[in-house]
Amino acid sequence: MTAALPLLDVRNLTVEFATRRGIVTAVEQISIAVAKGETLGIVGESGSGKSVTSYAVMRILDRAGKIANGTVSFSGIDIRGMKEDEVRDLRGREMSMIFQNPRAALNPIRKVGKQIEDVLIRHVQAAPSDAREKAIEILRQVRIARPEERYHAYPFELSGGMCQRIVIALALACRPQLLIADEPTTGLDVTTQKAVMDLVVELTRERGMSTILITHDLGLAATYCDRVVVMEKGKVVETADSAIIFKSPLHPYTQKLMRATPRPNATLRGLLPEGEALPNPIPAPPANDDAAMLLKVENLVKEYPRQGATTSVFSLFKPKAPAADATFRAVDGISFEVRRGESVGLVGESGCGKSTTSMMVMRLLDPTSGRILFNGEDIGGTKAKDFAGLPQRRRIQMVFQDPTDSLNPRFTAVRAIADPLLRMGGLKGGAAIRARCEELARRVGLPVDLLDRFPHQLSGGQKARVGIARAIALDPELVILDEPTAALDVSVQAVVLNLLQDLKVSLGMSYLFVSHDLYVVRMLCDRVIVMKSGRIVEEGPTERVLAAPEAEYTRELLSAIPHPPV
Amino acid sequence: MSVAATPAPAQASAAVATLKHARYIIGENPVTGVAFGIFVLLALAALIGPFIVPFDPLASDTAAALNSPSAKHWFGTDQLGRDIFSRVVVATRLDLGIAIFSVALVFALGGLSGVAAGYFGGWTDRVVGRLADTIMAFPLFVLAMGIVAALGNTVTNIVIATAIINFPLYARVARAEANIRRDAGFVQAARLCGNSEMRILLGHILPNIMPIMMVQMSLTMGYAILNAAGLSFIGLGVRPPTPEWGIMVAEGAAFIVSGEWWIAFFPGVTLMLAVFCFNLLGDGLRDIVDPQRRT
Repeated sequence: MTAALPLLDVRNLTVEFATRRGIVTAVEQISIAVAKGETLGIVGESGSGKSVTSYAVMRILDRAGKIANGTVSFSGIDIRGMKEDEVRDLRGREMSMIFQNPRAALNPIRKVGKQIEDVLIRHVQAAPSDAREKAIEILRQVRIARPEERYHAYPFELSGGMCQRIVIALALACRPQLLIADEPTTGLDVTTQKAVMDLVVELTRERGMSTILITHDLGLAATYCDRVVVMEKGKVVETADSAIIFKSPLHPYTQKLMRATPRPNATLRGLLPEGEALPNPIPAPPANDDAAMLLKVENLVKEYPRQGATTSVFSLFKPKAPAADATFRAVDGISFEVRRGESVGLVGESGCGKSTTSMMVMRLLDPTSGRILFNGEDIGGTKAKDFAGLPQRRRIQMVFQDPTDSLNPRFTAVRAIADPLLRMGGLKGGAAIRARCEELARRVGLPVDLLDRFPHQLSGGQKARVGIARAIALDPELVILDEPTAALDVSVQAVVLNLLQDLKVSLGMSYLFVSHDLYVVRMLCDRVIVMKSGRIVEEGPTERVLAAPEAEYTRELLSAIPHPPV
Repeated sequence: MSVAATPAPAQASAAVATLKHARYIIGENPVTGVAFGIFVLLALAALIGPFIVPFDPLASDTAAALNSPSAKHWFGTDQLGRDIFSRVVVATRLDLGIAIFSVALVFALGGLSGVAAGYFGGWTDRVVGRLADTIMAFPLFVLAMGIVAALGNTVTNIVIATAIINFPLYARVARAEANIRRDAGFVQAARLCGNSEMRILLGHILPNIMPIMMVQMSLTMGYAILNAAGLSFIGLGVRPPTPEWGIMVAEGAAFIVSGEWWIAFFPGVTLMLAVFCFNLLGDGLRDIVDPQRRT
């Protein structure tokens, strides 16, 4: 904090929202200053008010929200008192924002080059005659290969990382002084995240810009920020240089967050706050040498027709039949096995085929070829839509990635948990089913009085518990966990991961854990399989793979994960 | 352990919660309250109308023909001396009945086939889609006239004709709503729970698209009333002397030029209010049935 006058000075800011239940204070009396050229991280879990703060700074709060108190000044100008058209002029030219979902932030039916031109022309940075040249120059600056071609691309033709680069290009087009990045890399792969963040840091440094990085990821904040503000429930609890805050966090909340963040050398129990650490240590998993084989996958292949190569009556009118290479192999002949009582991690970036593999094992998707042996029986032969009728259905269950999406919004929690019991449980009578649901709820740590609530009345962690209770309701032998904590806050993730581990030990289940986060996999899994482009690139005991990765790709993945200094 | 959700008491009975929610919706949106008030009046007229009207709706009294509205005959009398107020009230049952039955029929036919088309895709989708396109290819009112003329001039056939011309609206809305949910997480979870495809369709997807179908039903109620009255107006379907709003407007139309405006005016206004009421109710109804709006 060397600069005398900060670029952005927020003092005693209070933001209120008018809701049905009266006024809700989202942000209370916070003060934040950003110096010129500084990168400030705002860290907090969902509901901490970190995004609302940035909306208030940009004056883009929705209609129900208003700044109730405090001042926001940007290089000495009071933003709170400005007229709407003056603020509009400031946005984009002096301060810009990058949003979480890059695809949603771009106009889907306009060429990306044109979208950059629009911003340039709106803020009088270019005339219609030279806008095209400048747009291509900007694309080049955000490291888009072949910018002249990509100028004509539509957002859907670009990958998520490329779209985020376009959004960054839009945000930086008019050389603003302040960039607000609101979870800019959530939903991107770790390697893409690294590329995008490196780019943001490089561009802002080189232009002397200030950046506010809003994130839930302490590792990301530690790696890229000069100073970090930790927020909890609308209040700032700690502000310090990032080098200091991660070495010696002062506030209990910061300490709790630090503990809960997966990092090298962490243990599952170590993620929990000290007071809550469960007394019994996890018993070591049973020796697997002669354990029975539970799942054996042999040469599994899934092919999809390439774009346009659809088969229908209308293909009769097409000039010729699709060529031989009209198929795309999402999963390209993989083989692996899961033993009884074992946890196997399936790791890779989006598009590597890990979800397709898990869907095929789960028998929600039909493989093109290959065998799936479960307890020695080939279950891959039965069509996915007929599998619901087989006795094996109850032996293989799944916990989904998004706890909200995977619960029927019109079913109460108890109805959701009872669904498998009603279909396959063989229990008779409402009382018996209710009793079993309550037992399951206790098992997953869901308060029984929440059972009659609808999903939208539950928090993310509670919804995750409902999903887990549903998956274990029939005492399955194999549970596939498809990034079960990806949508959760770190402190909730810590609790859920511990719960999953305890359940595995007490119920004797096997897990196939699908994830992109190697550190989470490390804590939960005995073995890990690394996938890339539909193939297995590395497989082995977790400790060995993480400590001494053999494949180049595994090393790349490991180095891309940001983590706070240990 | 985890973040606490809304502090609403979970034990509060669902009925009380629904009532409270309905009161909140009406309080937020007084227009819905007005529409609901009209609906209650219409429902009362349909249920007990024939027992409370001051005159027999079919009894003619040539001595009192073409009387203008008065304390005795609130809405006046027609060319045969029948009391228009009594006829308008009694007609409610028939008009609402046609609308309700045709909407129920089209919901069963169009809604279910639309959901199936959106969920299964493939041939089901093509058959339902082309059927809807075929119906849409005709001017709908002319199609309804054709159906009633071909099937015979009865109330049942008006119900069928009204249902058929509304089919594409239901099928398309249901198809679109089911289609976006066919691969939702909760549908896949339902498959893992051992639900058959039919059970997923009816037990998981259909309840989720009910809010939007309720809105659709309320909107088409108004349209169905209008359609039934329109068919009667041109002489199809209900026959005189049965009291029916469309026929009454048709009969009264000839007298407007000679100054007896009330014969067509009152049934016309009632018809308008009924259609208006169902259209407004649609919006309010969606807020009441959608649990997402209930916090």
